Order: sequence, then C-alpha cells, then structure tokens
Amino acid sequence: MSETIAPASENARLKMLSEFWHYFSQNRGAVVGLIVFGLLVLIAIFAPLIAPHGPFEQYRDALLTPPMWQEGGSARFILGTDAVGRDILSRLIHGSRYSLFIGVVVVTIALTGGILVGLIAGYFRGWVDSTIMRVMDIILAFPSLLLALVLVAILGPGLTNAMIAIAIVLQPHFARLTRAAVLSELGREYVTSARVVGAGHLRLMFVTILPNCVAPLIVQGTLSFSTAILDAAALGFLGMGAQPPTPEWGTMLADAREFILRAWWVVTFPGIAILVTVLAINLIGDGMRDALDPKLKRS
Amino acid sequence: MFRFILNKLALIIPTFIGITIVAFAFVRVLPGDPILLLAGERGVDPERYQQLLVQFGYDRPIWVQYFDYLWGLFQGDFGNSISTKRPVLGEFLTLFPATLELSFFAIIFATSLGIPAGIIAAVRRGSIFDQLTMGVALTGYSMPIFWWGLLLIILFSGTLGWTPVSGRISLLYFFPAVTGFMTIDSWLSGQAGAFRSAVSHLILPTIVLGTIPLAVIARQTRSAMLEVLGEDYVRTARAKGLSPRRVIGLHALRNALIPVITTIGLQVGVLMAGAILTETIFSWPGIGKWMVDSISRRDYPVVQGGLVLIAGIVMMVNLIVDLLYGLINPRIRHQ
Repeated sequence: MSETIAPASENARLKMLSEFWHYFSQNRGAVVGLIVFGLLVLIAIFAPLIAPHGPFEQYRDALLTPPMWQEGGSARFILGTDAVGRDILSRLIHGSRYSLFIGVVVVTIALTGGILVGLIAGYFRGWVDSTIMRVMDIILAFPSLLLALVLVAILGPGLTNAMIAIAIVLQPHFARLTRAAVLSELGREYVTSARVVGAGHLRLMFVTILPNCVAPLIVQGTLSFSTAILDAAALGFLGMGAQPPTPEWGTMLADAREFILRAWWVVTFPGIAILVTVLAINLIGDGMRDALDPKLKRS
Repeated sequence: MFRFILNKLALIIPTFIGITIVAFAFVRVLPGDPILLLAGERGVDPERYQQLLVQFGYDRPIWVQYFDYLWGLFQGDFGNSISTKRPVLGEFLTLFPATLELSFFAIIFATSLGIPAGIIAAVRRGSIFDQLTMGVALTGYSMPIFWWGLLLIILFSGTLGWTPVSGRISLLYFFPAVTGFMTIDSWLSGQAGAFRSAVSHLILPTIVLGTIPLAVIARQTRSAMLEVLGEDYVRTARAKGLSPRRVIGLHALRNALIPVITTIGLQVGVLMAGAILTETIFSWPGIGKWMVDSISRRDYPVVQGGLVLIAGIVMMVNLIVDLLYGLINPRIRHQ
C-alpha cells in the first residue's frame, strides 16, 4: 500500500513546487533578486579565482589609488585601493563570503532555536508557554542592535560572538511565528487523528504539525537573512564585529571612515555591496511571501 | 476598556522585571570582578578589597543584591558612571533631549513623506509611480544607514559644502539649555544665526534616522490602503456617487490609518537602534552615542542603567500605542 502512496506524494510535492514557482516568477523584482543572489553565491564560492589580488596584499606604491575611470587610477586596481594599498575589489569579493556565511549561520541558529522553543510553547501551553513567551517578550523589549552590542561586549568583540548575539536577538521572531502556527494547527482534525492513532509528543510536534507551519518560517528566515547581514555589518562598523584586517564589508567601512572627505571610493563601494546584497534578499523575501502565504500579502 | 488596560499592565510588569534581571545579570556575568574593575589598573590590596566588598554589599546573597538594586531603581538610583562619577540617571536626562529631538524630526520626516507616498501608490496601483515608490521604499528598508550617513556627508558636506559634518550646533554659539531641544533653545536665545545653525545640523541626521521608518510607513500605508479600498463600504461610498477625493480622503483613509498609526508607534524601537548608528556617525551627543562610548570604555553602570532606561521607554511607548489602538479600534479590545 505504501508503494502506491509514495509516488502520489512525490507528485504532490512537485506540483506544489511548480505552483510556488508560478507565483514567485510572476514577481519580476523577486526574480531579479534571485539572479543577483545566485551571482553573489557564485562570487563567494569562487572568490580566490575571481579576485585579481589577495584580500590582505598591500601595495605600498599604490596607497589610496582612485578607481580606474578616475584621473590617477589604473586598470590594475579597478575599484581603487584603500589607505594601506589593498585592492578594494578583491576585498569586496572575499567579503561576500563573510556576509553569506553570517546570514547562513545566524539564520540556522535563530531558526533552530526559535522552532524548538516555539513548538514547545505552542504544544504544551500552560505555564511552559507563558514562561517562554515572557522571556521572548523581554528580548524583544530591547532595541535589537543595542542588545546585540551589549551581548558582544559581554562575549568579547569578534565575528563569532557577533553572529551568536544577532541570532539570540532574532530568535524570538521565529519562536512567536512557530507558536502561533502551532496553536492554529493544534485543533485541526489531522492532528487529532494522528493522536488517536497513537502518535507520541515528539512525532506529533515534529512530523505531524511542524511541516504545516513551514511557509511563514521560510519567509521570516529569508527576511532575517538580510537583517543578519545588516546587523553584522553595523557591529563591524562599530568595531564590535569582525576585526580588521578581515575584509568584512562593515569592518571595511569602519576603516574607511577617516578618509570619507578625501577618498570617496573607500567608503562608497563596501556600502553598495551591502545594499545590493540586502536588497536582493529582501526582494526574494517579498516574492516568497506573496507566493507562499497570500494571507501575509503586504506589498 | 478598564479590563483591557489591566490585562496589558499585567503583561508589562513581568517584562519590566525581566529587563531589570537582564541588566542586573549583565554586570554579573561579565568576566572580571566589579571591584577590581572599579579599582582600575592600580589594583587593590586584599584588606581594602574586603572593605570595599562589604561597602558595596557584594558579600551578601545575590538575590538580596538584586532586590536592593531593584529598590534603588524605583527610587531613581541607577548607580554612578565609572568614568565621570556622576549619577547615570542624571547623565541620561541631560543627553536624552538630543536623541528625542532627532527622533522627533526623523519621525515627522518619515510620516510626512511616507503616508502621502503610500496613499498615492495604492490609489494608482500598478502605475509607474507605484512601482517607483515601492522600489525606493524597499531600497530604503535595505539601507545600511551608517553607510547612507557617510554617503550624505560626502555629498552634502564634502562636495557641496551645504551642511555641517557633525554636532548639534556651531561652536560659535553658546547659550543656556532651557528645554534641551537645540532648535527651541537657539530660537529662545535670540542670537542671530543660531537657529539656522541648529537646523542645518539637524538635516542630515534626520534623513539618515528617518530613512527606514519612512520605508516601513510607505509600505504599510500602501497595503493598508489597498485592503480598505477593496472593502464594501468603500464600494458603497463610490456607488453613492461621492467624488473620488471624498471616498479616499474620508472613507478609506480614516480606516487605513489605524494600522499605520500602530506602525508609526512601533518605530520607536527602530529609532533607538538607529540612533546608535546615526549619533555615532554625526557625533550627535545623545544616548545612542553615550551607550556606544560607554560600552567601549567598559563603563558598566552606564550600560546597565542605559539598558533599563531605553528598554523601559520603548516598552512604555509600545504600551501607549497598544492602548490607543484599543481605544480607536474596539474589535481589538474585545478579543
């Protein structure tokens, strides 16, 4: 009997995916975002092959060289060099690895933690629920960047601690979403029937209920991906994230601050890199929300 | 309504207690002993150490210390700054008007542009204007505002020389702080050019801090408007033959603005986080810069007190927004 069910569910999944793609691809912005994001992933993977110079290599004869199209620039350094003669383009290309890595790690931690906590709260209700949700409220009461800053101050500045801090700050959003979704699913008939058949707590939570709460979590995960990149860059900019000479985009901006009125290119390009990445991910997030969850449709 | 208020208050008290526990625990989980921290690099001999331990009450059980701390908070005692030795609350109150003034102008900037843009985008759904506005809004929402600030400084302060780079007012002017709001104080001082200087210092920080709220408000207004425009009562109003201006301005807008007002209220947390970056870039002497400086100076009493005060303010504003929302929208109240 299971043989007949398996292909059917496979078909259903394919159908769901093609339906999702149908709605997603109608949103032009989302498709553009996806293409840009795909390119970024490729750049990050092949960074050492694409980058014309090493990210830490200092050319003492070429300090603060302007971009190639400006007077005094050379084709050797397409986007110019920084105050210690490092090629900005190469540092940006290597920096894409950090940003994508930050996004993946932060979202994974926040998503896993949030799902666990939210499932437990929504499934068991009662005092477990109210205790967990009060703790989430407390985290949400602090402005996110401030709490992340303070957490990094406790843990010590650095990229790893910055990622942990941002994940902690973002986690309550996932917990709240999961809890709300669990609460709305818990009373449905398929859950009752699974319980009657004898499914245990763990099976009910993870196998029966969780897959039906995935849509809003995917959307939130995409949007958190961009928040994570922005917040990590902000922490780097404030000297609390990745430490120099790491070619992380926010840290690069912090280094560049003293030259803003002398060398515009040192400041401009890392910011464009952050903006383009975050914008691409937000475009994808908007498209996903429209395609996956018409109830949440906002734009 | 009374029960609604009580319910909201019942939720907020444990949260506030939780905030104080977080802030209290913050200093305790830090690596390093608080007394050695106070003593600084000179160090302290064991006898004096014991004496200080008793003097600061660190020899008592941790929960006694916590309740002592909490009792102090209720009496307005937030401890003293390690670097200036002055009370944390006093420093906060001196610097807060600068942040408040900046946030006020930022939110005015964001609403006065965001609401009209959102309404027009919704009414002309799918038009070039709609697509352009929403594109700009999403870009604003994705903006690393610390970079945005630097970019504006390069353009308007560096290349064009229109606006000053940092601070609240030119050093040429000096007058007593009456309200703490530089725009009002400079006006009251009657000195020629002072008000102009204060305003010119405000322009760039206002734009930078207002950018994300502007994007959020424009998007929210548009979607709230779109939802309302599809409602039966709007169709009825149209069918009655009312002019489009009257339908949109009177029937649709009033209802669409309810969620928008909530969104505006909820921007307070965003503004506080944004103030940290904006004030750092523009050397704006407000609480955002104060917190960043204190964190890097390891001035823990300030960080501790600042956390409680800032989170407390955000919480109070959110409570007020919630209550107002319940007041305007009875459906929420009876849920």
